[in-house]
Amino acid sequence: MDNFEPVIVAFCCHYCAYTAADMAGSQRLSYPPNVKVVRVPCSGKVDAMHIVKAFEKGADGVYVAGCLEGDCHFKNGNSKAARMVAYVSKYMEEIGIEPERLAMVTMSAGMGYRFAQVATEMTEKIRRMGPSPIHAAIATGKAA
Amino acid sequence: MITAERKPLEELIDYIRPFRRLLLVGCNECVTVCAAGGRKEVGLLASGLQMALLKAGASIEVREHTLERQCDPEYVEELVPMIDGVDAVMSMACGCGVQEVARRFKDKPVFPALNTKFMGASERQGVWAERCQGCGDCLLGKTGGICPIARCAKQLMNGPCGGSTGGHCEIGDDVDCAWALIWERLKALGLQENYVEITPAKDWRSGGGGGPRKIIREDLAE
Amino acid sequence: MKTESKLEKVLAAGHLAVTSECGPPRGAMPDKVREKGKYLEGVVDGVNVTDNQTAMVRMSSLAASVILKQEGHNPLLQMVSRDRNRLAMQADIIGAYSLGIDTMLCLSGDHTKFGDHPMAANVHDIDSIQMIQMVKRMRDEGLFQGGAEIKSPPKMFIGAAANPFADPFELRVLRLAKKIAAGADFIQTQCIFNVDKFELWMEGVRAMGLHKKCYILAGVTPIKSVGAARYMKNKVPGMDVPQDIVDRMAAQPKEKQPEEGISICVETIERLKKVEGVAGFHIMAIDWEEKVGEIVERAGLLPRPVV
Repeated sequence: MDNFEPVIVAFCCHYCAYTAADMAGSQRLSYPPNVKVVRVPCSGKVDAMHIVKAFEKGADGVYVAGCLEGDCHFKNGNSKAARMVAYVSKYMEEIGIEPERLAMVTMSAGMGYRFAQVATEMTEKIRRMGPSPIHAAIATGKAA
Repeated sequence: MITAERKPLEELIDYIRPFRRLLLVGCNECVTVCAAGGRKEVGLLASGLQMALLKAGASIEVREHTLERQCDPEYVEELVPMIDGVDAVMSMACGCGVQEVARRFKDKPVFPALNTKFMGASERQGVWAERCQGCGDCLLGKTGGICPIARCAKQLMNGPCGGSTGGHCEIGDDVDCAWALIWERLKALGLQENYVEITPAKDWRSGGGGGPRKIIREDLAE
Repeated sequence: MKTESKLEKVLAAGHLAVTSECGPPRGAMPDKVREKGKYLEGVVDGVNVTDNQTAMVRMSSLAASVILKQEGHNPLLQMVSRDRNRLAMQADIIGAYSLGIDTMLCLSGDHTKFGDHPMAANVHDIDSIQMIQMVKRMRDEGLFQGGAEIKSPPKMFIGAAANPFADPFELRVLRLAKKIAAGADFIQTQCIFNVDKFELWMEGVRAMGLHKKCYILAGVTPIKSVGAARYMKNKVPGMDVPQDIVDRMAAQPKEKQPEEGISICVETIERLKKVEGVAGFHIMAIDWEEKVGEIVERAGLLPRPVV
């Protein structure tokens, strides 16, 4: 795995992080292309299954980006998402994937800079960690 | 409902390690409601098992199927077209469902993915608590609708032990004293005299003490 | 007289009875039982022998009772519903009676969670009140719980426990009434530190005339240290240790605390003597049996009556 470029899936709430990503673009703030943004109507709509499937398909990192605490457009979708992420982290540990590969973050629609910063930090963190064991196993399987 | 929780992944992997193709069977009834073995949990477990094995340099093909009701032979029959294509079955139903699948497919290994816990109710979102032990001779009519068999840690039938404190059971503050609840309810109903009458020693034959139980409805039985 | 029990005789003769207890050892050490018994010789009318107390495995109550009996004591066989079903209980009751034990205490027992076998099944085939009914039926009707006739039935003087300090308070007198209706001949209460609350409970007991239907032995415990006082106050379910007792213990230097604990115990007995309906005392000196004699003497309860 030379020149490892991590694949990161970011589930972004339409009302905050996704708009923040737009904001980052219009402010000409760059963020790593490793982050694949999936727009969701609310972070609370992200299911454990989406995260697990992302890892199964070879993602090296996943994060869920929701609204700031108390600012959820649907009241408490973001806090539900945070609990779900904590639950999936434990499951990842059981499977044997480092739970640090999964994160819950919050931001507001206006935080273009924060969006770019989170995307960069997550990419760098995962780059340091190396490929997810599943990604690595898939690659080995293909090579063989 | 019958409540259950998934077994640790490690235990499940030990069961399935020798096999190449696995049928993972969920159930749409109780275990779906308590988020242990419905369609969604089947999906999550299938992914988890595949990833865990892949990581260990092995692989398994997991086919997913969720039955309407796994404790009913009529629905288990649905698995017939799938069964020949797999080496083993893992059931995400309660123990009743696991046994029904095992009974139907005698030459297939069948493993439980869940630990069946108790008959309970949902106290709030995500929290289930024991309510009934199926003693076969319901006392609830005399105890204000709160069961001392299922909800008193010592299944006392004649009142609270000396460890009841501030409405809590002696085993922990997170457990209500069943008799404190019963007493409050009897008072609310004006039925305090129900407490005075001694409940005699229970006949446990109806509760499984007489061996495995069976119900036969003659009008329905074929 | 319902039985040959010495405790019954003492109580029936109108004396203030005194009982104490002996926790059997956690090993095959019959001499330990004899040693504990020695301290109680001549100072009590009966010795409770606990049954796997706090859900820790110990020498059986029956075996330790027999050892004490051989030493000339009057053991009270304690039996908890936690460890035995009704077959085992009745078998042990017959066995105990055949070996000269004529007094017993029916309890539900501490939950296994507190002991050294939290993984064990809690039996609870019958509860303590149903146990009382069973023992009474064996004695008075000569019938097993299942209904068959007993040839030469055991005649047990039947005791039960009461905890005036547990909740809900208003059920505490009613629960005692149930135990008496089931057939309890005598009651030993939980350790009393909060005498005011005990008096309040006894008011309820007298209002129902329960003190006339059975003998109530007030439970007392000498506290060894302020640490023990705090532990009982905060950690033991159903125990009521008022702050002023903790403060009194804390006011003493460490080496004087045991003495203070004994004084509090003696003063408590003196106060309880004045409570109408108290028929005697049950002194639970946990692993401190050597002090029972002193407490009994200082409380003016010596010599013990000969009946």
